[in-house]
Amino acid sequence: MSRRRIPSRVFSVLVYLFLYAPIVLLIIFSFNAGRSNRIWEGFSLQWYLELFHNARLLGALRTTVVLSLIAALMSTVLGTAAAIGFYSMRRRARGVCLAVNNVPLTNADIITGVSMMLLFVFAIDLFNGSPLSAALGLRWRMGFGTLLIAHITFDAPYVILSVMPRLRGLDPNIYEAAQDLGATGWYAFRKVILPEILPGVLNGVIIAFTMSIDDFVISYFTKGSGVTTLAVEIYTMVKKPVTPEINALSTLMFTVVFLLLLVVNVRQARQEAAATRQKAALTPDGKAR
Amino acid sequence: MAAAVVCGLCLTGCGGGASSGVAAAPGSGGVVNVFNWGVYIDESVLDDFTQQTGIKVNYDTFESNESMYGVLKNDGASYDVVIPSDYMISRMIEEDMLEPLDFSNIPNFSDIDPSLQNPTYDPENLYSVPYMWGVLGVIYNTTMVKGTPDSWGLLFDQDYAGQILMFNNSRDGMGVALKYLGSSYNTTDEAEIRAATDLLIQQRPLVQSYVMDEVFEKMQSGSAAVCSYYYGDYRTMADVNPDLAFYVPREGSNLYVDAMCIPKGAENKANAEAFINFMCSTEAGLKNCEETWYSTPLLSVREQLDPELTGNPDAYPSSDFLTERCEVYQNLPQDILALYDSEWTRLMLASN
Amino acid sequence: MKNKSLSIPYVVWMAFFVVAPLVLIVAYAFTARDGSVTLDNFNNMGVYFPAFYNSFALAAAATLLCILIGYPLAYFVSKESLLVRKVAMMLIMLPMWMNFLLRTYAWMSLLDDNGLINQFLRTVGVFDLVNALSGGNMTCLHMINTQGAIVLGMVYNFLPFMIMPIFSVIDKIDPRVIEAAQDLGADNAMVFRKVVFPLSLPGVLSGVTMVFIPSVSTFALSRLLGGGKTLLLGDLIEMQFLGNAYNPHLGSAIALVMMVIVLVCMAVMNRFGEGEEGVSVL
Repeated sequence: MSRRRIPSRVFSVLVYLFLYAPIVLLIIFSFNAGRSNRIWEGFSLQWYLELFHNARLLGALRTTVVLSLIAALMSTVLGTAAAIGFYSMRRRARGVCLAVNNVPLTNADIITGVSMMLLFVFAIDLFNGSPLSAALGLRWRMGFGTLLIAHITFDAPYVILSVMPRLRGLDPNIYEAAQDLGATGWYAFRKVILPEILPGVLNGVIIAFTMSIDDFVISYFTKGSGVTTLAVEIYTMVKKPVTPEINALSTLMFTVVFLLLLVVNVRQARQEAAATRQKAALTPDGKAR
Repeated sequence: MAAAVVCGLCLTGCGGGASSGVAAAPGSGGVVNVFNWGVYIDESVLDDFTQQTGIKVNYDTFESNESMYGVLKNDGASYDVVIPSDYMISRMIEEDMLEPLDFSNIPNFSDIDPSLQNPTYDPENLYSVPYMWGVLGVIYNTTMVKGTPDSWGLLFDQDYAGQILMFNNSRDGMGVALKYLGSSYNTTDEAEIRAATDLLIQQRPLVQSYVMDEVFEKMQSGSAAVCSYYYGDYRTMADVNPDLAFYVPREGSNLYVDAMCIPKGAENKANAEAFINFMCSTEAGLKNCEETWYSTPLLSVREQLDPELTGNPDAYPSSDFLTERCEVYQNLPQDILALYDSEWTRLMLASN
Repeated sequence: MKNKSLSIPYVVWMAFFVVAPLVLIVAYAFTARDGSVTLDNFNNMGVYFPAFYNSFALAAAATLLCILIGYPLAYFVSKESLLVRKVAMMLIMLPMWMNFLLRTYAWMSLLDDNGLINQFLRTVGVFDLVNALSGGNMTCLHMINTQGAIVLGMVYNFLPFMIMPIFSVIDKIDPRVIEAAQDLGADNAMVFRKVVFPLSLPGVLSGVTMVFIPSVSTFALSRLLGGGKTLLLGDLIEMQFLGNAYNPHLGSAIALVMMVIVLVCMAVMNRFGEGEEGVSVL
């Protein structure tokens, strides 16, 4: 390595130190025997034990994971279909749709959250006051349902932004060619278009999931009573006396995510390496491109 | 077709909310949604309740009367039991936000201290059952504060700049300044309220942070020297940090009662009443008191508590002391409430 | 491909859950509690100027810091081998999978007067040194409950949003363009100034959007790291809906004004670059 790279490497390492110092702190103090996040009082696993007895925190974690999964999948289906639809629209209509699609992306989270809360309150009042509510004997209120709607709403634009570039790179003739060869709409989509846009769709699922897991503000305003997400629960908890279970939870989450990403990346790297080798074997001069 | 898809999605949304909200007869299970102050219960009591009645408790917490009011205004029927303080209860009664209780379902009400029955905030005692009560005071760290202070002035003392914690809600925050200035908590004199805000703005540079339940952590760890909070919480903090001390300022202080109510339109009213009744049982009351150190309205609990606590004049002050030194917050007229909001915003936005 | 109908569910969805809520915000902003149409909610907007000023100033500071940290990092990483690039970007994303509040929570104890940073400085003897030099009596570096701590929280939480788009743009620059510039005699500084930097601007612009908007509207950060002493727009809005001063009409009005200012800022900024940037994680 050239000498000239040293300052830039030092800079990069410092940035990563900045990013990971707080996480390392949480991990270390999750094994602390005392309650404090400041003074080390010896090694202990007690906070992990307490975590597994903390039904509230575990419930919030479960809600968050389930919510993020459902929201990511539903927004991916909705968003991918919409992206294909937008793509076949005329320029003007597409422009309008994409502009509206961009609203949740460029709007501040708090405005999305507050405005959806107003909508839910309004709709719930309307529904509960209607004869329909009385006839069905049902009363609607904020809860997991409203939370899910809100998450799908802010996840879907990311999916669309992630799928659109793939569609743009698609040869419009291949779909028609498939149809000419007798493939019906769904079959042609599955066999011809989907494989082409799949990386974009997968990317969309992952971004949507990440955004849902990370969200605090929108969930805070749309959750209603009785359900709580991890972020909202932690917001309530950190204002009260310290509960080191949070550290234990952070450590476990970090480990799981780290391992997941590692597995995905290693697999991907292996596949790429295999593909390169294959190509190398096929090219006459034996060199990988 | 597409519209049907969307409606389908929408209904899953609605259905999810509704199914968890369908009322069930007590005994056959069902749920009760409870909204209480943070750090204000022994949570094992909730499990005891579920075990006895089969009713599942969804328990959420709030950190000030005003924020609880906001939540209920948005989605009134979302909770079956709420536990606001005196003045907020009378405001909610005035605004028709509470459901009258069926006291035949709450036989344990007879155990409530008669002096706390038919209170001024609920004169005919139709809407509320007292949960806990207590006195507001000043908590300070004896290793950081010199002498034995006895005034609200400690919270305005230059010597402790950067070590003072103040309330992060308008009624309690303004209350500290009003009392220090010798005004009533319930003054409707705009000049007095503005003077209190001016004093708080002067105090701002001395304040380390504006807090609610964050006080526990900061006082226990010694990050801050002075705050104003409740006697019960002082005991909780002193368990961790024995250097802390408590006093009721000589200018007078706040006596409060937090009481259990049922919001208008609550879906599980019978379960809510069963819950309220359970909270008034001796076993639940005792557990809660031993956990939170607050003063109990239940006579049977008071008998069984450690005499050290019941004999303590800060925990169970004499009625003379209460009438002479303490004042209860009362609900204020709309225009004064609006003034509180705007004055509080003025403080929060002050640039010093 | 004639599949326009595929977008109908989402268009209906957007009408209900994107457009309708915004219509409601506007409706609330222009009405009073009794439902009558009024401009009252906007009349006192001047009172809230400090909140607007604080929010925009702190968000601008955070955005600038994110550029200063994020741009060089993205640039340096893009020079590394494929494997290092992949791992480096993965490590940038990783903290985002831990929740926003967990990350902030960790900083609360790091920045404390008795926190690890101060303990470290004390052990190393920094305060002794300072005191010896200045004759002062410094026992800790006061960090928590300041505006600086809020900016730090913003930078920490939103930095990945700056690095990712810049990196993906720089990474896509065709190496042949750079080679061509070098062949034409440009030195490294020149290549950066004339080729890499202009080509990376769209990434910077979308990074700025993705950092500035959440920063300017953040709530909870000032409460957790700033000790509630700096009221930001997000806190002010939250206060009107679920907080200490219930008044959704005023809250909507403040939100609307904030939205308009942000939109104007973004429109002005996008004049300088192309919009519609793709997003990518892996």
